[in-house]
Amino acid sequence: MDFTPTEDRRMIADSFRRFLADKFPAERRNKIAYEGACHDADSWAGMAELGILGALVSEEDGGFGGAGFDITTVFEEAGRALCPEPLLGNLLALRLYAAHGKAERVEAIIAGAERAAFGFDETDSFGDLGEIATAASGDTLTGRKTVVYGGQAAEWILVAAKTASGKLGLYEVKASDAEVLSYPMIDGGGAAEIILDKTPATCLSDDAQAAIEAALDAGRLALCAEAVGAMDVLKDMTRDYLMQRQQFGRPIATFQALQHRLVDFSIEIEQARSIVIYAAGNLETEDRALAVAKAKNLIGRAGKLVAEECIQMHGGIGMTWEYAGSHYAKRLIMIDHQLGDTEDMLRKVMALTDISVAA
Amino acid sequence: MDLNYTPEEEAFRQEVRDFLKENLSEELATKVRNGRELNRDDMVGWHATLQSRGWLAVTWPKEYGGPGWDAVQRHIFDEELALANAPRTVPFGLAMLGPVLIKFGTEEQKSTILPRILDGSDWWCQGYSEPGAGSDLASLKTRAVRDGDHYVINGQKTWTTLGQFADKIFCLVRTSTEGKPQQGISFVLVDINTPGIEMRPIKLIEGGYEVNEVFFTDVRVPVSNLVGEENMGWTIAKYLLGHERTNIAGVGASSEALNQLKALARKVKRNGQPLAKDPLFAAKVAEVEIDLEAMRLTNLRMLFGSSDAQGSVSSMLKIKGTVIRQAINDLSRRALGPAAAPFPSEDVIGNYGVSPAEAATNAANYFNNRKLSIFGGSNEIQRNIITKETFGA
Repeated sequence: MDFTPTEDRRMIADSFRRFLADKFPAERRNKIAYEGACHDADSWAGMAELGILGALVSEEDGGFGGAGFDITTVFEEAGRALCPEPLLGNLLALRLYAAHGKAERVEAIIAGAERAAFGFDETDSFGDLGEIATAASGDTLTGRKTVVYGGQAAEWILVAAKTASGKLGLYEVKASDAEVLSYPMIDGGGAAEIILDKTPATCLSDDAQAAIEAALDAGRLALCAEAVGAMDVLKDMTRDYLMQRQQFGRPIATFQALQHRLVDFSIEIEQARSIVIYAAGNLETEDRALAVAKAKNLIGRAGKLVAEECIQMHGGIGMTWEYAGSHYAKRLIMIDHQLGDTEDMLRKVMALTDISVAA
Repeated sequence: MDLNYTPEEEAFRQEVRDFLKENLSEELATKVRNGRELNRDDMVGWHATLQSRGWLAVTWPKEYGGPGWDAVQRHIFDEELALANAPRTVPFGLAMLGPVLIKFGTEEQKSTILPRILDGSDWWCQGYSEPGAGSDLASLKTRAVRDGDHYVINGQKTWTTLGQFADKIFCLVRTSTEGKPQQGISFVLVDINTPGIEMRPIKLIEGGYEVNEVFFTDVRVPVSNLVGEENMGWTIAKYLLGHERTNIAGVGASSEALNQLKALARKVKRNGQPLAKDPLFAAKVAEVEIDLEAMRLTNLRMLFGSSDAQGSVSSMLKIKGTVIRQAINDLSRRALGPAAAPFPSEDVIGNYGVSPAEAATNAANYFNNRKLSIFGGSNEIQRNIITKETFGA
């Protein structure tokens, strides 16, 4: 057993951290995160050059990473900096393209030349891919995909849709062929509604259920790591604030009521870090779905605790838009809304470890 | 990053399993599994079994009779013993006094006392807490006054676990009232049969008897029973508290308790079906299992990690480990519904069959294990320790 990161991953983490600190100081981050396309082309190109996108795909599939710990390395740094760029959408798309042997597209995305997103959720299908209503007919798709992460800044949209035989297929749509309604999200970064009406589509697979589940698990793992990065920063900000803020003639860090609350959520951050390591180590094993569901359940609970406690312990300052900490808190809360929340993940764990059946 | 044990470590695990298979009697394991009180013979006998293989004093260096294991081996050993429902070894001589003597004792103390811990000649107990000195241990008042070649001890200790079985007690006593309270404390070894010592049982919340009050009235102890220098007892006490505790999170014990909880939920019925099929109950089990999975990794991170985070991480493990264990005990009690109520006397367990025999003590164990977050430095004290590290004060 060994819990130290490899030299390569340490280098990626270091260079990405420096890059993000340079490109996304708080004020600029917020400008990009909440305005326009929620995307900065220069920064994206810089990330591609650093190899951040290539790290999300295995060598075999044209990248130079792709393992669970590569994904967590990248996304933990993204979380530390509240990176507003559409990393999640492109991660999902990269994993799906790679799974279907679309080497050209993988290469273009890794190079930063093209960007893609993956539409799976529909307003009536949350939590159950089986409820997807978007359907293929001939070479076209009709339906509506909701809150497509990165869909506002993508040339290509992958779409999960019903095939003629009722299976779950995977299709590629040119974004310019679809109606794309873009918006920033409440915690920054962009998404889009993708409206398809007999929109031309290329079928990548007419039975993509397993590949989609795997890609979503990679996305969940990424979100978990992103949350750990954000939690670490928010904890440090809160600790510093408690030491600096004076009330009743002394730093509020000297009050045990606050000290113990900080300790309690710090413990949950360590638990969160642990479960992310566990999930990352199992991304390629048969326990993948269970490990990832466990991780995202714990992250959902820990993220909410950390976010709410940090806002509270900052007092009024934590409520302001100007204070960077409030955006970290928002991100932590909203991560739970992406790719399945605390309860969805708990249901999944229960289904996968049915305790009514002896192990 | 690598989450796998080495082949050598896996082989070691198998060696421990094989040993347990051969040497842990089904009778003793059942007693432990069913949460029944162990008697002195059970515990002394188990110590002898482990010592026959040289696996008793697992934290001691080889030269003093330890097996020479590293932290990972000790962790594997602890885990396998817990999963096999082996009795926990009695820590006072093995995990507390032994390491203290090895670090601070004279050659004579080491050569006379350590072998007697190993061969079971001496059962040690601990005299730390007092009625007025719990979390604020440094305020302890039991006095030891020098009189020629002896100390004369007067005062009272409390919460002395398994003192009723003990031959000897190690105590923190006040040898000076000068300066800060921490500066006037000494660590002394006392024969429990010395005139002037009286041991009184304390009956605990669930009705069990495992802790005692110990009264000292003009108890004369040879000065040679002092460990370290006079007035350096606090340093020793802190060493003991900070001594590496690979098993502080109790991951193995909680894993086994969770296994038993699931088995129980399959066995007992509620609303006409096995309790395990109730989604509300199953959700609570799943949540605690997730927390335990994370803690298993947190524990491993400490074991395989660098030493820089030892203090704070072991405090975190103590807090979270006890909270998780208590949550499992809580579910194990509630799983029984009304059947949790009968007082678990031998008669009730043996003849009445209200709840499955292995679960008859679940309510008692729930109440008894409320102690986990109180002893060994209460969880609030652990939070203070982490706070100090967090704020660098």
